[in-house]
Amino acid sequence: MSDFFTATVLFSTLAAGIRLSTPFLFAGLGEMVGQKSGVLNLGVEGVMLLSAFFAYWTALSTGSLWLAVLVGTLVGLLMGVVYGLITVVFHAEQGISGIGIFLFGLGFSDLMFQEKVGTPKFTSKLPSVDIPLLSDIPHVGVAFFQHSAMTYAAFVMVPLVMILLRRTTFGTNVRAAGENPESADSLGVSVARIRFSAIVIGNTLAGVAGTALVLELGIFQPNLTAGRGFIAIALVYFGAWRAPGVMAGALLYGVVEATVITWKALGIIPRSLSDISAMAPAVITIAALVILARRVKPPAALTQPFSRH
Amino acid sequence: MRNKNRSRRFKLLRFVAAVMALGLLASACGDDSDDGGATGTTAPATTAAGDSAATLLKIALVAPSASDDLAFTQSMVDAINELSDPVALSITDGTFVIEEAATAIREYAAAGNEIVVAHGTQFGASLAEIAPDFPEVTFLWGTSTDTQGLANVFAYSPDAAEGGYVNGVVAAAISSSGSIGVVGPIEAGDAVTYITGFNNGALANGATEVSITYTGSFGDVALAAEAATALITNGADVLTGSAQMVVGAVGVASDEGVPWFGTQANQTSLDPSLVVASQVYHWEVVLEEMIAQRKAGVLGGEAFEINLANGGLEIEFNDGFDLPADARAAGDAAIAGIIDGSIDPNG
Amino acid sequence: MHRLVSAAIPMLAALAAFACAAIVLVALGANPLEGFQAMYTGAFGNVDRLSATAVRAVPLVLVGAGISISFRASVINIGGEGQIIAGALLSTVTALALPGLPPIVLIPLVLFAGLVGGGIWGAVPGVLKAYASVNEILSTIMLNIVAVQFMNYMLRSPLIDPLEIERGTRIPQTERLSDNAALPTLISGTRFNLGVPVAVAAAVGAYIILWRTPLGFRLRAVGHSPDAARAAGIPVERSVVSALALSGSLAGLAGAILVFGSEGQRMITDGSSAGFTGSAGFNGIVAALFGGLHPLWTIPSAYLFGGLITGANHLQRVLQVPAALAVSLNGIVVIFVVSSSKVRDRIGAILKARREFDHPANESTSSPPAGEVAAT
Repeated sequence: MSDFFTATVLFSTLAAGIRLSTPFLFAGLGEMVGQKSGVLNLGVEGVMLLSAFFAYWTALSTGSLWLAVLVGTLVGLLMGVVYGLITVVFHAEQGISGIGIFLFGLGFSDLMFQEKVGTPKFTSKLPSVDIPLLSDIPHVGVAFFQHSAMTYAAFVMVPLVMILLRRTTFGTNVRAAGENPESADSLGVSVARIRFSAIVIGNTLAGVAGTALVLELGIFQPNLTAGRGFIAIALVYFGAWRAPGVMAGALLYGVVEATVITWKALGIIPRSLSDISAMAPAVITIAALVILARRVKPPAALTQPFSRH
Repeated sequence: MRNKNRSRRFKLLRFVAAVMALGLLASACGDDSDDGGATGTTAPATTAAGDSAATLLKIALVAPSASDDLAFTQSMVDAINELSDPVALSITDGTFVIEEAATAIREYAAAGNEIVVAHGTQFGASLAEIAPDFPEVTFLWGTSTDTQGLANVFAYSPDAAEGGYVNGVVAAAISSSGSIGVVGPIEAGDAVTYITGFNNGALANGATEVSITYTGSFGDVALAAEAATALITNGADVLTGSAQMVVGAVGVASDEGVPWFGTQANQTSLDPSLVVASQVYHWEVVLEEMIAQRKAGVLGGEAFEINLANGGLEIEFNDGFDLPADARAAGDAAIAGIIDGSIDPNG
Repeated sequence: MHRLVSAAIPMLAALAAFACAAIVLVALGANPLEGFQAMYTGAFGNVDRLSATAVRAVPLVLVGAGISISFRASVINIGGEGQIIAGALLSTVTALALPGLPPIVLIPLVLFAGLVGGGIWGAVPGVLKAYASVNEILSTIMLNIVAVQFMNYMLRSPLIDPLEIERGTRIPQTERLSDNAALPTLISGTRFNLGVPVAVAAAVGAYIILWRTPLGFRLRAVGHSPDAARAAGIPVERSVVSALALSGSLAGLAGAILVFGSEGQRMITDGSSAGFTGSAGFNGIVAALFGGLHPLWTIPSAYLFGGLITGANHLQRVLQVPAALAVSLNGIVVIFVVSSSKVRDRIGAILKARREFDHPANESTSSPPAGEVAAT
């Protein structure tokens, strides 16, 4: 077979990395918005699975990808409302409720799949949208400009989330709710309402992440996400609560994953090391952080329920 | 952080709302149970009604994945349903946690099942502890090539290398690049047997290169998809793979118009135009023998194998794929050669 | 009255959860009452079941006690899965290397190896956090992934049963480990083995460490306020490492007990971490938080949660509903019970206020509710 260091292989690996990073990016940005407001959500994986299943089921039964995207997003939104009720209204401990959501999503998506679908079958997948002109650039076009609409959307979300958090009153309030809810409250900001909204935004994005994953593959299986929701949570810490940082983390993890799989296909990584090499994305992510050695503190009020005195 | 009581009624109202939200979500299950009800694979597959169930042979199955996974577990459920005499079947599927499976095996044995099927190699170690406690019960365990010396255990295994070899021969015949890709989970168990046979068959029939990629996961569909993409980018024009995550690879093969070879169950339904052939397991061939032995008073102690010769393995060609006659002939010749012993798929 | 309500609210929440479960069961065509009866019988029905539940609760107690230590030091450890695996691997290697030692030596040795293995795997994120500012949530999630792949590698390559290679079956499992390392069964005819008292003792140990030793004092001080602790001369970095190492070592002990208290007496992988751990690394967090991050309260909390798991599995078998129902049921119960804790506090506070209004002189001394915890 061909070498790794040919343009074709290099750029198609890059394209694979970008595809793999799409769910990380959506879910990671969503988790980041929630954490900025002071709420940790360990249930991302569960929300992704629920949205993935319902999007898949919709695509399967209606044949409409648009409807599937809509349903997947709405399921994320609904789970956001549920999680908001649990953590903001009932002040439940965030770590534990997130795990509850994770278990529920893992089990319920599996249950629904077995009851409603059973034998796996394909739906239509998200079509690749070629950006005019740019997609014709040799190699570069393949890597960057021949992706599904969801992948472009994930990267468009990066500046959007930045603007939302940095340039809007809502964003200022979100950061205040996460850093110093008492003073935000004393300034007349409803911490509960802000956090609730941030959670809904975050879970909706997690839902979109699950939807993007399932529609890229065109098929659902129990535990389809295979831990991607947890990785997305980790990437928020990698990105130090900044959207470009989360994007960098998502790309790093995705591209390393793609490189490993390509090297395996090329025989560069011997079969005897297939599992050792599968550690690479996780190890490199940690190593990158060690090298960068950034000292960024989480939002001060992260995981702390807030109630007015 | 103590709270004022100012809005307690409202909060309770919201609590009720939360209950209802989850309830609604849960009730989504019941919306149109008519379309899903038919798949009720976990319901006891009793074919006879009511009181006559007591006279049926009672079989319980413990399996690691879903009963309709188009792969390992489904092959056994189908086989039990194919038995010539109807049985009363209880199923615990999706039990991938080994200790939970052990509990299920023990409970089924204690509950008066005559035959308990531990359908997972990984359950063997637990079985070694459980089987001696229930000397009246026959345990079937697979895939395994030995009974661990237990008198009331029958073992069963497929010679997956045989079907792998045949698939490999046919794959090489239809490959124009001579380069064939394989997507596997982790390099262990049945996957290795199938892939070894496939590799040998393909190379024996003129393939220049068989690239084998183990993704490192049984469940990561997205990674399997990217493995398939990488293999195709690097010149593979025919693909195969083993384990449940390969549906991701089938999806990519389907998009790229690359023919696919399946194993464990007939995967034609995944892409009726591109699945060339599937190695299918017909466990009923050996199940019948084991049940007959039990009826004759032999509760275990023998290992059975399904293979091409005894009809337990079958290569199901997909009529929807336009397979050239010479490729089909090469496949049939390989089957014949394996059956008469002139070909060793493990070469 | 206050206490009555305190007790009633989580019950109501559990009832609400079971109402949801009932809806799902009806949708699946099963009788919910039979279902709940099966659940109860499956978890607590007789000595056999009580023992099975106790065995199922062991890793939850240990992970939970470890979580209590790390969370008290303000360190969030979600690396339980990886730490269980690391402990199991090291104890397995120990038993493989020294199979001939008498049980009285080998059993403590493999358990100790579990502690060490998990401790090392826990210390890594501790060091990364203390000296390289790598957040422990990130590193523990990543190290879980690394541990699974490492387990798969070890079990399919260097540690694989030679018979598996010989037969060509290549099942990723070790040979049957020395019987001298097997945890003895304490109630014959049941699964109740030495692992249960060991786990309880470890939880008591965790309690003693946290509240009766200088180390525990330092950990709690760091958890309370790292800056104040530093000002008081407490080595904050080292304390963070200790917290995660201790937390990991308890999870690692759970790994050793999973191997040597298992029916199979060997280590085996199905390729995922959950196949080996039963997700105890995550469920242990739930047990710890329900137990109010108190190692001793973690014991009953883990037992109840263990009962929920064994009960739901039994329900699945009796009613022949999909196994996935058990997992979603656990999720629903967790969500409702955790949501209820604050409602309970609120109603408790209301009642208390009313009582104080009625009897202003009566100082009430109610114990802090168990669910009242702050993770950081």
